[in-house]
Amino acid sequence: MSDDIPAAVTVEGVSRRFGTTDALRDCTLTIPAGAVVAVLGRNGAGKSTLLRAIVGLLRPDRGRLTVLGQPLNPSILPRIGYVAQQAPLYRNLTVQQTLRLGARLNPRWATDYAEHLVHTATLPTTARVGSLSAGQRTRLALAMALGKRPDLLILDEPLAALDPIARTEVIGTLMAEVADRGVTIVLSAHVVADIQHICDRVVVLAAGGIRLDAETDAAVAEHRIAVGAVRDLAALDGLPVVELRRDGNDFTALVHGTRTRDAGSVAWHSPTLEEVLLGYLRTAKPQPVEEVRVA
Amino acid sequence: MVTFRIDRRSGTAVYAQLVHQVRQAIRMGRLAPGDRLPTAREVAERTHINPNTVLRAYRDLEVAGLVEPRQGSGTFVREDLPPQPVDDPALRQALTAWLGKALEAGLNRSDIHTLVDVIAEELADSAPATDHEEPTAHVR
Repeated sequence: MSDDIPAAVTVEGVSRRFGTTDALRDCTLTIPAGAVVAVLGRNGAGKSTLLRAIVGLLRPDRGRLTVLGQPLNPSILPRIGYVAQQAPLYRNLTVQQTLRLGARLNPRWATDYAEHLVHTATLPTTARVGSLSAGQRTRLALAMALGKRPDLLILDEPLAALDPIARTEVIGTLMAEVADRGVTIVLSAHVVADIQHICDRVVVLAAGGIRLDAETDAAVAEHRIAVGAVRDLAALDGLPVVELRRDGNDFTALVHGTRTRDAGSVAWHSPTLEEVLLGYLRTAKPQPVEEVRVA
Repeated sequence: MVTFRIDRRSGTAVYAQLVHQVRQAIRMGRLAPGDRLPTAREVAERTHINPNTVLRAYRDLEVAGLVEPRQGSGTFVREDLPPQPVDDPALRQALTAWLGKALEAGLNRSDIHTLVDVIAEELADSAPATDHEEPTAHVR
């Protein structure tokens, strides 16, 4: 992904405070059009807040956002598909009624496609939303978001409630959307294995700040892991150490950059994506209080 | 049509796995000159990977001269592909004999793979590479 690709989303110095908690602090981020971006972070790190800010459900205290080339405004909302955590929908409507509502509310609604997705997910069309399982609700919410034919899809933990089969089906559907229509996808996740083969970029949030924002391949290529005896720790002097863990007489360090230094017992390795992300996630200082949710 | 299998536990980058599998399929005759590769969408949907990764692999294969995109109809194994030398009977015979010795000496498959990698790296270091091999990311 290079610089000449237009941005689907730009976030510039965005901050948001809830009471005494910095939910987002000075976040700056560019999401290239057509990219699939995973946002990772521990509970309360600010993932949902960031996604809500991007779709305009939450106004930042400071900073600027552009979405699909313009400052956030109601005219671009039809081009954004958003699925919030727990996939909120009208509980008293049936699946079929929910789809009809989608058709009525969205100018670009693709009836056949939405119905196809509901059918693939084997959702009972006459069942009320309130009676669906969490996974089924997610599938319906995704069908609603995709039925809009959005240019930008914002998905808050879309895979969390899904069983392994549903997970592969949903990922297959999302990847086909990327291939067919070049849709931009921003999704939050907890499980690295879920996202590692689908993401062009990874973003790690911690305590409301962006800890890492990198192309997936570069995130792996631009880090090294050093393992050695604690007495040889001097090998790390002056190197940008992301995380250092000791285990008895041994240490394991995640180091940013490809510079390595030989010293006695120290062995250098290329990390896996999971090792890089966990290193950043573990060194994040979690907020003492839970993320405040606004209703 | 060739089916890709992604090893999610392998440390090898997915696009490198795709490149490797196309090369392998061509060498083994599973893909013949003129055959169409699956589209990025087909691969992405079936193997649940990012279509951009597939396109990147196909670009690498194109640069290596193995495949060519045809406007609007997909990516094809090149018609003018030179014969692939991998099933050279003499080489196969020599390797069979060597493998027999290695197994006899107590090496297991993993030892053998490691040894092959080490020697290949030594050779690559001592002579400038002529064949453009896929940039496999070796992890650990």
